[in-house]
Amino acid sequence: MKLRLAATVLVFALMLFAGYAALFIVPDERTMHEIQRIFYFHVPSWSASFSAFFIAFVANIAYLATRRQQWDSLGVSAAEVGVVACTLGLITGPLWAKPVWGVWWTWDARLTTTFILWLLYISYLLLRGLIDEPGRRATLSAVFGIFAFLDVPLVYMSNRLWRTQHPAPVIFGGEGSGLDPTMSKVLGLCMVAVFCLMILVLVDRYRLECLRRELDELRQEVESRDLDSSKGDLRGRESQTVSAKDQL
Amino acid sequence: MTTARAAGVILAKELRLELRTRELLNATVVFGIVVVVLFSFAFDPTVAESRRYGPGLLWIAFLFAGSLMLHPSFAREQSNDTLDALRLAPISSFAILLGKMLANFIFLSVAEIILVPVFSVLYNVSLSGIVGRLILVLVLGTIGIVVTGTVFAAIVAHSRMRELMLPLLLLPILAPLLIASVEATASLFADPPALDRAWVTFLAAFDVVFMTASWLLCDFLVEE
Repeated sequence: MKLRLAATVLVFALMLFAGYAALFIVPDERTMHEIQRIFYFHVPSWSASFSAFFIAFVANIAYLATRRQQWDSLGVSAAEVGVVACTLGLITGPLWAKPVWGVWWTWDARLTTTFILWLLYISYLLLRGLIDEPGRRATLSAVFGIFAFLDVPLVYMSNRLWRTQHPAPVIFGGEGSGLDPTMSKVLGLCMVAVFCLMILVLVDRYRLECLRRELDELRQEVESRDLDSSKGDLRGRESQTVSAKDQL
Repeated sequence: MTTARAAGVILAKELRLELRTRELLNATVVFGIVVVVLFSFAFDPTVAESRRYGPGLLWIAFLFAGSLMLHPSFAREQSNDTLDALRLAPISSFAILLGKMLANFIFLSVAEIILVPVFSVLYNVSLSGIVGRLILVLVLGTIGIVVTGTVFAAIVAHSRMRELMLPLLLLPILAPLLIASVEATASLFADPPALDRAWVTFLAAFDVVFMTASWLLCDFLVEE
């Protein structure tokens, strides 16, 4: 409990500092000026969502291999956290694109891939809500999760072949590209901060899923006990009626 | 019994079942025609426009038809719990899946064989000289739809609202297949027709990836 509180405070402080650094410490970008500062949260939220989906993919495989419920809980938690981070990326992206590209949205490879990824994991969460039996829900949603993740490189490749507009990666780009040293430091800081936030939320969500599962099991147990005792009552009544007949 | 033979037996059973009623095929073909006709109201079906939008229209019709026609392939087994009987049979679970995939491939292909000429007539797109290459694109695209669709039919068979869930799961997964098959078909409808090999390779890769995935994961789909 103390550890969790400490972690929460630490991540909160880290996020505050990252926000401060992105707004006040980094130098102005040459052509985009203030608008460019959204980049320090747009890129980290995208990589956080992608890491979360990757964790979900690994958890799905691990569940099918081991059949341990923990992996299923981790899978659903990571998928949910990934969808939230992905939504952030999808909101911050257009906010940046409108002043810079002149349009809110364009059907570029990276944008389309992220959008399809977001749709796929939302369907994953929907599917989980519609299968009642827990064991079956875990197995079938894990199979779907694996299919969904396999689809991502295909979506990316198909769009890459087709049309692309998203700025090419500047950090590992060729000659003449690259970030100011302060910029890359702040970007690194924001990456770490958002990643820590993602892990924190993921751990909490995982714990919630375990509690929820425990509650479900307890509830089922109570219900089955109720049934047993009501059966007992019936038997008791039957014996009473028999004895009443005997008395007659 | 080898997997191939067992899959053949399942295929024969699926075909016999369908040919008794022909419900699925009739409904799918009519649905496809409805989509093709409705699209003529969405844009002006002149020759130039048809060449531009035709491939997309055709594949959207196939995708919708596929996502609607595939769910009975497992849902049908549920009313009499016949999937338990299949499970008890001494055959691999991949054989069950493969048999159903083959049956669905035949159903969707039949629908396509009827729909493509209808489309060609209604939108004034000439098919002469490109039939062989068009069949190649159709076959590769249909395999992709059917492989993922049959797996997802097995998944949604246990969920509520399965008629709605299948398109919801299937259509986003098929986005890369839609792009590739539309582009390949568009390269055929162009003047002069020249098949874009990159997209054909992409379609084949899509089929291989998901066929392998369903071979690896088939045990989890038909288990109790």
